[in-house]
Amino acid sequence: MTRPGWFRRLWALSTGRFGIIVVAAVGLTAVVAMFWTPFDPQHVDVDERWLPPSWPHVLGTDGSGRDILSLLMAGAKTTVWVALGAGLVATALGLVLAALGALTTRWVRESVAVLVDILIAFPVLLIAMMISSVWGGSLWVVIVSVGIGFGVNIARVTRPELRRVLHSDFVLAGRAAGLTPFQNLWRHLLPGVAPVFIVQLSWGMAVAVLAEAGLSYLGFGAPVTEPSWGLLLKDLQAYISVHPLTVVWPGLAITVTVLGLNLLGDGLREATDPTLSRRTAAARIHQPEVIA
Amino acid sequence: MTRYALTRLALLLLGLFVASALIFLTLRVLPGDVAQLIAGVNSTPEQVEAIREGLGLNQPLPVQYLTWIGGVLRGDLGTSLLTGTPVVDELVQKGEVTIPLGLLSMTVALVIALPLGVLSAMRRGHRDGTALSVGAQAVAAVPVVWAGMMLVLVFAVWLGILPAQGFPRSGWDDPAAALRALLLPALTIGVVEGAMLLRFVRSATLQATGEDFVRTAAAKGLTRNQALIRHGLPTVGLSIITVLGLQVAGIIVGAVVIEQLFSLPGIGRMLVTDVGNRDLPMVQGELLVLTGFVLIVGFIVDLVHRVLDPRQREAE
Repeated sequence: MTRPGWFRRLWALSTGRFGIIVVAAVGLTAVVAMFWTPFDPQHVDVDERWLPPSWPHVLGTDGSGRDILSLLMAGAKTTVWVALGAGLVATALGLVLAALGALTTRWVRESVAVLVDILIAFPVLLIAMMISSVWGGSLWVVIVSVGIGFGVNIARVTRPELRRVLHSDFVLAGRAAGLTPFQNLWRHLLPGVAPVFIVQLSWGMAVAVLAEAGLSYLGFGAPVTEPSWGLLLKDLQAYISVHPLTVVWPGLAITVTVLGLNLLGDGLREATDPTLSRRTAAARIHQPEVIA
Repeated sequence: MTRYALTRLALLLLGLFVASALIFLTLRVLPGDVAQLIAGVNSTPEQVEAIREGLGLNQPLPVQYLTWIGGVLRGDLGTSLLTGTPVVDELVQKGEVTIPLGLLSMTVALVIALPLGVLSAMRRGHRDGTALSVGAQAVAAVPVVWAGMMLVLVFAVWLGILPAQGFPRSGWDDPAAALRALLLPALTIGVVEGAMLLRFVRSATLQATGEDFVRTAAAKGLTRNQALIRHGLPTVGLSIITVLGLQVAGIIVGAVVIEQLFSLPGIGRMLVTDVGNRDLPMVQGELLVLTGFVLIVGFIVDLVHRVLDPRQREAE
């Protein structure tokens, strides 16, 4: 598999293209929001309350006169930060569990596999609430709980893949050529499982975005000082009958981001797996994840 | 079959043990001094000590764990730190809202997903089939809270035919009012879960189309759709049973958020309140019941699947 090849294949798929565009747009918005937003997202101005979409407040203002577009842009920052953090935790945990489950002695392997099967039944939201009841809610809780919940998922999918690659000829050749187990892991095993893994990661980040929104809405995610899409939904809920349009924006932002990540994962899977024809791809769906 | 059932039962028991131990350890070891937390900042050391004694916190952890589990097995999940009510009583009372909500949501999800999922697979490549599939993909990405808000907007604010919030104080004494209060919440969870299930039904149906026995039936003179409906759909039903466990977990999570949105006095809202109050015995009991429920449903689903699938029966 040549490097430029998979990106071109991904771009050629409608799912992949949509995914790339959305994820790039959200990422770019988050970067821009670090330096500039049209207005200060937390700036309260009583004279400017509940303005309809108009210039200069393109999406209008909320009940304390805050600019909704600026709030959304700042919220993208939080979303990206949580998704990346959760992705990182899930990667670390997933790879360690997968490696333990594939490369160690039989006894350890089997125990890890059973443990993963058990942990997978824990809904991410319940993990988050369990942690929140001890430390109180925060974005860290969201990152850690999604990381744990999805890391286990990654482990389950990556483990058999790792075992398959482990028994392949090129790994054996690497061993014969005198590579240490670690060198072999780094050079041959990880690149071998990377496609499966990246696909999972993309779906996992979608879960992270939903979890952040859900937990922030419940009051266990972003603190009130932090801009967040879920928190915005919570703030606006009381005014839904008077100012319905304002509630639409944050929900739309979440939905499009999640859809983008999901489709990116679908596209990546189709683009990186040469054995997957269009038809079998449609028949092999990823199992929906349990989250708010 | 017996051997499989016993192995699976062992796995369930192991799962329940691991789950309870994790919940216990997270809530008991990490928060520091629970007794101090209960007693408050203005308490004397003697008061704290008395509470510690009363809760059995002086005992070694394994003893504390066994005491808790022993209580659970006798139907005693502990009592609330704030109100002093037994956790079990509270759960039973709130279950009157959450259990019907869950059943209704599941019904909505199935009613949406089964026909439309099969349809979207049969119409694959046609415009309506693609539209269904794309629509399901989009709805599955919607956060449940927002789906609820949008449905409130349409059915409660604009059309005014369903209540936007709340549950009748008299509970199920007035079944019609109670049911009306649950319709919109159940619709919300059902639509989002249904969209995910639809995608699964679709892929299972597509897989069935490729099965040898469906092709054989088609070769013997049935049309492709006849062959699929008569011979393929039973296998679709089987694979759907396997994801029902997952659906149950999804509905529980959905209920936590949706009961908050609709101010329903159910188990999910109770959990949110108790986590906010750090009422640890309550949280501990609720989490154990919810995760235990998910694990047990998974166990039942696996057994049912095993019994129903002729291929697996013959393999033994």
